[in-house]
Amino acid sequence: MELVTPSIGLVFWTTLTFVLLIMLLSKFAWKPIVAALNDREKSIEDALNAAEKAKEELSRLNVESDKLIKAARVERDKMLKEAKTLSDSLIHEAKVQAHAEGAKMIAKAHHEINNQKLAALAEVKNQVGALSIQIAEKILRKKFADAKEQEALVTELLKDVKLN
Amino acid sequence: MRFNPLFLKKTIILSSFFAIFSICSPNAKANSEGVDSAKHAAEHTEQVAEGHEDAHGKEGEFNATETIMEHISDSHDWHLWGDKSFGLPVILKTDAGLVHFNSEEFHHDNEGSHVVEANGQRFVRFENKVYYASETANEKGQYLAFVGEHPTNGKPLDFSITKNVASMFLSAILLLLIFTSIASSYKNREGKAPKGFQSLLEPIIVFVRDEIARPNIGHRYVGYMPFLLTIFFFIWINNLIGLVPIFPGGANLTGNIAVTFTLGVISFLVVSFSGNKYYWKHIFAPDVPWWLYPIMLIVEIIGVLSKPFALIVRLFANITAGHIIVLSLISLIFIFKTMAIAPVSIGFVLFMYVLELLVAFLQAFIFTMLTALFIGTAVEEHHHYD
Amino acid sequence: MIGSIAAIGAGLAVIGAGLGIGRIGGSAMEGIARQPEAASKIQTAMIIAAALVEGVALFGVVVALLGTR
Repeated sequence: MELVTPSIGLVFWTTLTFVLLIMLLSKFAWKPIVAALNDREKSIEDALNAAEKAKEELSRLNVESDKLIKAARVERDKMLKEAKTLSDSLIHEAKVQAHAEGAKMIAKAHHEINNQKLAALAEVKNQVGALSIQIAEKILRKKFADAKEQEALVTELLKDVKLN
Repeated sequence: MRFNPLFLKKTIILSSFFAIFSICSPNAKANSEGVDSAKHAAEHTEQVAEGHEDAHGKEGEFNATETIMEHISDSHDWHLWGDKSFGLPVILKTDAGLVHFNSEEFHHDNEGSHVVEANGQRFVRFENKVYYASETANEKGQYLAFVGEHPTNGKPLDFSITKNVASMFLSAILLLLIFTSIASSYKNREGKAPKGFQSLLEPIIVFVRDEIARPNIGHRYVGYMPFLLTIFFFIWINNLIGLVPIFPGGANLTGNIAVTFTLGVISFLVVSFSGNKYYWKHIFAPDVPWWLYPIMLIVEIIGVLSKPFALIVRLFANITAGHIIVLSLISLIFIFKTMAIAPVSIGFVLFMYVLELLVAFLQAFIFTMLTALFIGTAVEEHHHYD
Repeated sequence: MIGSIAAIGAGLAVIGAGLGIGRIGGSAMEGIARQPEAASKIQTAMIIAAALVEGVALFGVVVALLGTR
């Protein structure tokens, strides 16, 4: 019975102590502690969010740079290919040109040679003509008196020329 | 408590002695109108004999019930060890105003036989209660008049700083020191990770917030946080201080009905004052046929009152029971009067102590949890009666 | 005599509470085994229910205590 009968003094002191404790602790302890906890939680959450955002940004940038690199690579390949084609075509052109030039030169040379040959032949013919005139002159001079003989000779000579 | 058969045997012996004594006493009273000194001496011897029987005497038989009761109940002195103790202020609200003196002045008397005079008034102490002393001593040297076992003398209102009150002040100072220092470290290390003592208590504060307040009260938990935190840490630290067996601890504060009663009433007041119209409507105008109102009203009011009552009794009974079990196990050594039982006894006591550490936390948790739950039902917005 | 009757009363109260808390604990275990992810919620509910049962038992014990003196 005594154990379960509250004594007035203890009730009084407990009330006093507890109410004072609530007031003092809420003012000097709980308020700053709870506020600090909330603030810190908020800042941690913010930091986490920021990190998440940064990560996203980074991955976005990564994708972008990958894309850029890929594009650059494609561009480079294209450029290389173009250059190669260009050089190939240039070489080819040069070759063709060289060929043509060569062929032209050869043809020219042939032509020249032909011309020269013809000129030489013409000269030979001229010289032979002159020679034969000289011969004819000499013969004429020698055998002019004898007209028969002359005639025979001219005929013979002409025969000779015809042979040529 | 008196449930142990051994204690019961003692009680039976004691009560049979009292029965014999009470048969004798009318005779004695009739004869001792003039206070015969010889008679008085005889009575005194008898009282000493009773002391032996009652195990009050030093060489008397060990009385476990008495020892345990002494340990779990409040007292005006703070007992240290052996017969060493120190006095605490006794503050009495008498009809003639406040009176205060040191409890040493009772000279450890708890039988009502040593009169203390203060402010022209005379007081005696009997079984940890202060009474106005009678003019003359009775046949046992007590300045009290009895009917049966209980004195009929008037009692002043006792606002003494008893052992429990002193222990409570200690715990309050400890709480203030601990939490203001933690608050300042929160200020100094703003936004940084907790350190030292701060990191020990922070999870518990967060626990109270996230496991007790928020799920039970809802979004309006912020306003109740100071109350819940205070009640939680107050109960917990007092449970723990009560478990410390040496000097600054050992007061069975949270196992005292007055303390738990006050806490329960405060919790009840907080719940009632935060009750919204839905809560009160549910109690005073529930959606039932009108002829059920008389019954429903009684049921609801009992329901409302039984909640804090359960809180009060639960804390009181759990902590007191823990103390009683530990003390009973220790008492085994003295009951059997052999050291051989000591290892068993101490083993069990250690086990109980570990369990009590858990209970200390658990009871603080349950008290706070249920208070939060009741607040939650009181502030809940939408009740649907279908 | 009153003391022993009170003791029997307290004992009866404890039997009831023991049965009740045992059932609560057992059911909570089953619930946790079935849904381990809901363990914390079940634990909270279990503690509250156990506390309520215990409260009733404590009434019995208090009445028994009242009877001792």
